[in-house]
Amino acid sequence: MTDALSFVDVTCAFGSGQAGFAPYIAVKDVSFSVRDGEFVSLVGPTGCGKSTILNVAAGLLQPSLGQIRVFGGLIDSVNLRAGYMFQAEALMPWRTAVQNVSAGLEFRGTPAQEAMSAAVDWLRRVGLGGFENRYPHQMSGGMRKRCAMAQTLILDPDIVLMDEPFSALDVQTRQLMENELLSLWQAKRKAVLFITHDLDEAIAMSDRVLVLSAGPSSHPIGEFVVDLPRPRDVAEVRSNPRFVELHSQIWAVLREEVLKGYAQQMTRSS
Amino acid sequence: MTQMAPRIAQLALFVVIMALWHLLTEPGLLPQLYFDNPNQAAFFFGQPLKVFAAIWDWFISGSIYSHLGVTLFETLMAFAIGTTFGLGMGLWLALSPAMSLVLDPYIKAVNAMPRVILAPIFAVWFGLGVWSKVALGVTLVFFVVFFNVYQGVREVSPTLIANARMLGADKRQLLRSVYLPSAMSWVFSSLHTSVGLAFVGAVVGEYLGSAAGVGYLILQAEGRFDVNTVFAGILVLTAFALFLDAIVSRIERHLMRWQPGTGQTEKL
Repeated sequence: MTDALSFVDVTCAFGSGQAGFAPYIAVKDVSFSVRDGEFVSLVGPTGCGKSTILNVAAGLLQPSLGQIRVFGGLIDSVNLRAGYMFQAEALMPWRTAVQNVSAGLEFRGTPAQEAMSAAVDWLRRVGLGGFENRYPHQMSGGMRKRCAMAQTLILDPDIVLMDEPFSALDVQTRQLMENELLSLWQAKRKAVLFITHDLDEAIAMSDRVLVLSAGPSSHPIGEFVVDLPRPRDVAEVRSNPRFVELHSQIWAVLREEVLKGYAQQMTRSS
Repeated sequence: MTQMAPRIAQLALFVVIMALWHLLTEPGLLPQLYFDNPNQAAFFFGQPLKVFAAIWDWFISGSIYSHLGVTLFETLMAFAIGTTFGLGMGLWLALSPAMSLVLDPYIKAVNAMPRVILAPIFAVWFGLGVWSKVALGVTLVFFVVFFNVYQGVREVSPTLIANARMLGADKRQLLRSVYLPSAMSWVFSSLHTSVGLAFVGAVVGEYLGSAAGVGYLILQAEGRFDVNTVFAGILVLTAFALFLDAIVSRIERHLMRWQPGTGQTEKL
């Protein structure tokens, strides 16, 4: 299988903005790839550059060193084969649900009528039928996330990038959304790079889990293949003995990094 | 009922103010508090009944319409031109940081300058007709709108921009779908101020040299020490400023309906 996304020795340094100070190296020598149709999760302690890696994959950020390849080719600006679901609110508040969902098609030149009917269809698919004309502020957090998911997936991207998309949701809504995402993914089998700080979520959803070291200069330090059968239910799979086994294996690696990251933040702030 | 209550209170306050004005200025009505001569209060502060009589006369005889038309034309032109330029410049400079860096000290300098001082220069450049007043109004309106648009564009959420780019928006689409709507809420808050400033530009311009307009009427009345007519002119101007502000509010409510109201629930 071809690699949908591959990182080759990617290093990202951010200027401190002050002369004489060394730049902050967020991620260093990151190499990994996501195969076409594969669901890969990145987990790591806070501040380990997870979002930086995702922004590089999206083409929103150019790596300081190294390369990012999308289906073998290099990208020089925004990665238009990828859809990106952000952690923060990204819906346009001045557009209704249906206008938000149709935005991508509209930007890419689909006739308005066609884009609208596709958007109405997608809203129904994520369970928002009948809410077409609501503005984002008139929807709940969970509804906004569904809307954002429809906005991303309507473009049928070959690569889906997700930055802790459900972290702001309550546990129940979150499991519903995770199952919905899994069933949508199951139908289309796109490459997914999923970022989360929640190890349960990562194992339940992914084919592969990568563990990042604590920042600065973070890089993948562990790789675990999740060989749980599909289709999965994110709530049920947690009681699978293999899930428990994987969880303790990955946590053993992650725990140390979490403690390291925590210690570093404490020293930096003191 | 609940919607009427504040209106009634507002009207009542107006009546109270007018009644106080009348009581304090009507000769012989109250014992003299400050002035030696009973007619002096009326001379300095005017009398509401005579002020309203003057307004009534203007509208009945129709003599006010041409003056009001001139002032309104100047105001609206200053408002339209100033807003358009402010919006354009604000967008341009906010989106090209290099240009804004170069122009920054000049913009600050022109903004800090007391621009009313330019009125005589505009009178020389554009004559004593309406355009010198429009020019003065434009210089006042422009900066208010400009700074608000500039700020508005700068403060668009980076996530929104990144999201629109990922969805495939090119530069033009980004401007139309993200920057402009986002700046609009700032623009509207500035429009309320700029309507007032457009009026200031028009009236100050007329006051400094003109042959028509409400500012001209006020100037004439002052020359005759006719305080009642001066106040009548001020009241008419105020009423029209309120009227224009209400129009702006109405357009704002329509265009800004996506904004969350505070604690609103749907009526069932």
